[in-house]
Amino acid sequence: MQQLTLNTTELLAIPALPLLGALAAGLFGWALKEKLSHIVTSGSVILSAILSVHVFTQVLAGASFHGNFWTWMLAGDFIVPVGMLVDPLTAIMMMTVTIVSSCVHIYTIGYMHGDPGYPRFFAYICAFTFSMLVLVMGNNFFTLFFGWEAVGLFSYLLIGFWFQRESANKAAMKAFIVNRVGDFGFAVGILAVWYYFGTVEYKTVFAMTPDFVAQNITLGFMGWQVSAITFICLALFVGAMGKSGQVPLHVWLPDSMEGPTPISALIHAATMVTAGVFMVARLSPMFEFSETALAAVVIVGAVTAWMCATIGLVQNDIKRVIAYSTCSQLGYMFVACGVSAYSAGIFHLMTHAYFKALLFLAAGSVIHAVMAEQDIRKMGQLRKYMPITYITMLLAALALSGVPPFAGFFSKDLIIEATMVREFTEYSWLGTFASFAVLSGVFMTAFYTFRMFFLTFHNSDRVDPHTQSHLHESPKVITIPLMILAVGAVVSGMWGVMVLDIANPEIMHGYFRDSIFVLDEHNPLMTLAEHGPHGWYHFIFTAPFWLAISGIGLAYVMYFRQSAMPAKIARAAGPLYTFLLNKWYWDEFYDWLIVRRARNLGTFLWQRGDLGVIDKGIIHGGIIDSVKSGALRMRIIQTGMVFHYAFAMVLGVFGLLTYLLLTA
Amino acid sequence: MELHNVLDFPILSLSIFLPLAGALVIWLFVRGDNAVRWAALVVSVISFLVTLPLALSFDTGTSHMQFEEFHPWIAAFNINYQLGVDGISMPFILLTSLLTIICIVSAWQCIQTRVKEYMIAFLVLETTLIGVFAALDAVLFYFFWEALLIPMYLIIGIWGGKNRVYATLKFFLYTLAGSVLMLIALLAMYFKAGNTFSMLAFMDYPFDLSWQIWIFIAFFIAFAVKVPMWPVHTWLPDAHTEAPTAGSVILAGILLKMGAYGFLRFSLPMLPDASQYFVPFMVALSLVAIIYISLVAMMQTDMKRLIAYSSIAHMGFVTLGTFMFTQAAVEGAVIGMISHGFVAAALFLCVGVMYDRLHTREIGDYGGVVNVMPVFAAVMLFFCMANVALPGASAFVGEIMVLIGTFEANPVYMDVSTKWIAIAATSSVVLSACYTLWMYKRVVMGDLVKDSVKSMKDMTVREFGFFVPLMALTLWMGFYPMPFLDFLHVSVSHLIDQATTSKLDAAAALVQAMPVLDAAHH
Repeated sequence: MQQLTLNTTELLAIPALPLLGALAAGLFGWALKEKLSHIVTSGSVILSAILSVHVFTQVLAGASFHGNFWTWMLAGDFIVPVGMLVDPLTAIMMMTVTIVSSCVHIYTIGYMHGDPGYPRFFAYICAFTFSMLVLVMGNNFFTLFFGWEAVGLFSYLLIGFWFQRESANKAAMKAFIVNRVGDFGFAVGILAVWYYFGTVEYKTVFAMTPDFVAQNITLGFMGWQVSAITFICLALFVGAMGKSGQVPLHVWLPDSMEGPTPISALIHAATMVTAGVFMVARLSPMFEFSETALAAVVIVGAVTAWMCATIGLVQNDIKRVIAYSTCSQLGYMFVACGVSAYSAGIFHLMTHAYFKALLFLAAGSVIHAVMAEQDIRKMGQLRKYMPITYITMLLAALALSGVPPFAGFFSKDLIIEATMVREFTEYSWLGTFASFAVLSGVFMTAFYTFRMFFLTFHNSDRVDPHTQSHLHESPKVITIPLMILAVGAVVSGMWGVMVLDIANPEIMHGYFRDSIFVLDEHNPLMTLAEHGPHGWYHFIFTAPFWLAISGIGLAYVMYFRQSAMPAKIARAAGPLYTFLLNKWYWDEFYDWLIVRRARNLGTFLWQRGDLGVIDKGIIHGGIIDSVKSGALRMRIIQTGMVFHYAFAMVLGVFGLLTYLLLTA
Repeated sequence: MELHNVLDFPILSLSIFLPLAGALVIWLFVRGDNAVRWAALVVSVISFLVTLPLALSFDTGTSHMQFEEFHPWIAAFNINYQLGVDGISMPFILLTSLLTIICIVSAWQCIQTRVKEYMIAFLVLETTLIGVFAALDAVLFYFFWEALLIPMYLIIGIWGGKNRVYATLKFFLYTLAGSVLMLIALLAMYFKAGNTFSMLAFMDYPFDLSWQIWIFIAFFIAFAVKVPMWPVHTWLPDAHTEAPTAGSVILAGILLKMGAYGFLRFSLPMLPDASQYFVPFMVALSLVAIIYISLVAMMQTDMKRLIAYSSIAHMGFVTLGTFMFTQAAVEGAVIGMISHGFVAAALFLCVGVMYDRLHTREIGDYGGVVNVMPVFAAVMLFFCMANVALPGASAFVGEIMVLIGTFEANPVYMDVSTKWIAIAATSSVVLSACYTLWMYKRVVMGDLVKDSVKSMKDMTVREFGFFVPLMALTLWMGFYPMPFLDFLHVSVSHLIDQATTSKLDAAAALVQAMPVLDAAHH
């Protein structure tokens, strides 16, 4: 294959344009006012999207780019360059991010019209686009981390965009901190990568990985040995779990719905939350060498896919239903990566970006129409008032449910079939477990999607009379992005399979070429090609198709017309229903396990440690009083007060720690 | 003795004494509060410009001291006026002269009583601080080290808050206790090393292990109080809370760095074997600072106290990096100190801006500030995110380099892999976000409920002005730290050579040679 190189200026312009747009709107938004703010930001992002598509076509023709621009940090042999790696994996991400972002920008013009923070909002989403592009285009772990943290920052700012709302501020902080728990793992992973490979550039690290694995290097801690490659992959994967809302770090994602709907579509569905999947696919040359890490990816992905689907079944907030669906679908993508079908994972990432962004934006259009009401119990029959929103959302719902020939069917079906054929040598039970999770997930996905859809657009009219008089279809600036995304939701699946050859089991000869690495003995797509069903009509014989159809069917029976059935079932299920409605009590669990304990510990260390013992006990009690009277000091030590003993314990622990470090 | 001074001009002396001379002029000749303010500003700006050549003419290719000056001072005890800087000390001189300008501008309106004395105190403080970083003679160093307590004591004691007497006393007693031990250590080294107070001579003299350990302990107490390290840190939150804004800025920006600078300048190169020996101890204290102190910071209800605790936690990274003896860790420690000079200083200024309006530092008295002060909210968010060490901010460069250097370090006296130390320290990623963002949420975000907050006005141009250079520097050092790192490379690698080269063989050889010398003497 011929080796074409991409134009450096063009590549640099792709992230630079949104950055400049963001700076202009952010710093001069007060002067630019609404119109110029959205022109400069949307314009720069659309331009960036056009360039991305151009780059994509060149990459499709065989071009790629790898190069460094400057040195970020340098100390001794520790060197961090800033550079770009553009290959098929990057190109598909760039295109997806910029196209969805462009649609969201246009949509926002209508959706946020009249909001006092209008220029600020555009500055944030534009800067977010820049950060996301840095994340996918970087050529090393540090540029990835930079983009990673930057998208986290803008996610934080956008969730808390309506800063008067206490719930939004809480959700923003929660999102940032939970993400930081993931980043803890990510940072440790980076430290380990640098330590073992002596470089942070992907290409060099990947080239060294097979030899490194052959050396069987292990890390030991308290008698427990773990192979270094597994350690690195698991640590990095913790970062991916945080960013992509995977159990047990998923709790921030549903709460992030406090942000305005356009960002739920852009950040918390289509792009940022998929960064974890991108990371695992990007690092496939490392993950492939750790069966344990892959197994962990599958377990986390499968549990999330299944658990978040169960929660989605009973939620009543339209955005939360979609949010839990996002968690669940991200779980599918991770399962795909874990079973070494990275191409299927990225494929689903792309199709999901279109149909899920569409689903959110359509939901936003609905919320806009019903005066900011988000409870689907207070909607119904909206199809009469908003036909475009109705039809586009129907397409998105069909795509999400995996009904052929819509986009989601192709990618999700590929993941499920790959999961069913992949066998783990060390963890033989895993295949069955994951297959069960993703298959039952298909049924639930179809059910909750159409439950939400029917309750919103069909069923009985439950909109309150005051709102009803205002019901109308959204303006063109909102419906046009819906229609653009609807095209993606319908055709991107077929396009991926037929035009891009994205599902080619021989990765090297398919779309991804050398950007994804799969060991031959793992490749589930190869197994499928050899033993699986053939023919375009084969879906009729597969379980996912029938599960999806029956999920929709059940939703039709229960929710298409008003019936007493759902309430009856909820009553019959009793505790289970409450359990699901309360999201498995994860928030309460964390509050009990971590938040309250950390606060108590902080207060204890402060009041008892710093003030009680160091200040009062030692400085005043110990030193000053001892000068006054030795006898008094003796009495103070024997006060019998708990905190003195407690502090003695802290001191003891500290001494022990020192002793251990000295001698262990 | 050959002096390295490319400028052939006593620029360090000028940097040190120009503020003092300015203070003298203001004291004698300037009348009226406004005139004093402007005069002090002019003096501080000129002082800053005078220190610039230190960076511009700095030779990054040598580990030798530069801009050296040498004059005999007290000949009877071989005490000399000896100055010089390397890549480690030079940045702190510039940081000092820069922050002094900001301090003077920030006090423009909020200080209305004894303006002249206030400005004089800050200029004298600048003299003593630059003196500390430029001194190469131990007595001179000690002189400046002690002298700076006086203006600092006055700044907190006169212009401080309600509880200032308690805070100043605590501050003074703590640091004095440390200083006494340092003096004893310096005297001991003087006699041992052959009647010299030259810090460079101390670095070369082979002290044997027991000497090193005792001197290390004495130094440790002096420096640990200044850093401050747990458990001798409790003076800092009190001092910060009671100090006027500018006092906090200098305290966090420069004073805290003196302790860590002491470790880098004295403990590591002069006492390499003892430094190695105490690594586990220092590591343990650093981890306590990072984890224990972060938890304490989270629960604070007073903003200044919270930032003070956050400073201690960040200094935990500095001490951790210092005692890892790897290029990345030590450079990260120095970058971390400079970065903290920008970020913590700015955060204290943020609190000052709010304090000037509502006269309270309690988090609970605020809420929804963003509604009335949007520009301020953006500035504070910037520095909160820098405090959280987001990449692109200077703190990230410092912390990640410390962590990288810690992960790869291999100290002699520690059998636990430093990988686990690095991983434990990485928990700061979560903890710093917890306390910083929680404070930001409670103070700045939210709806406008309190009447007092409703009356707050956004920042003036003057107030915005002193944040601009700090923001620019934070970003510069975050995105392109290479110029700063270039100052450090050679000096730090020389320092690491010193710190990892045992003096014990030479000390043993000296003992062997002793009887011969004695015999010859008789």
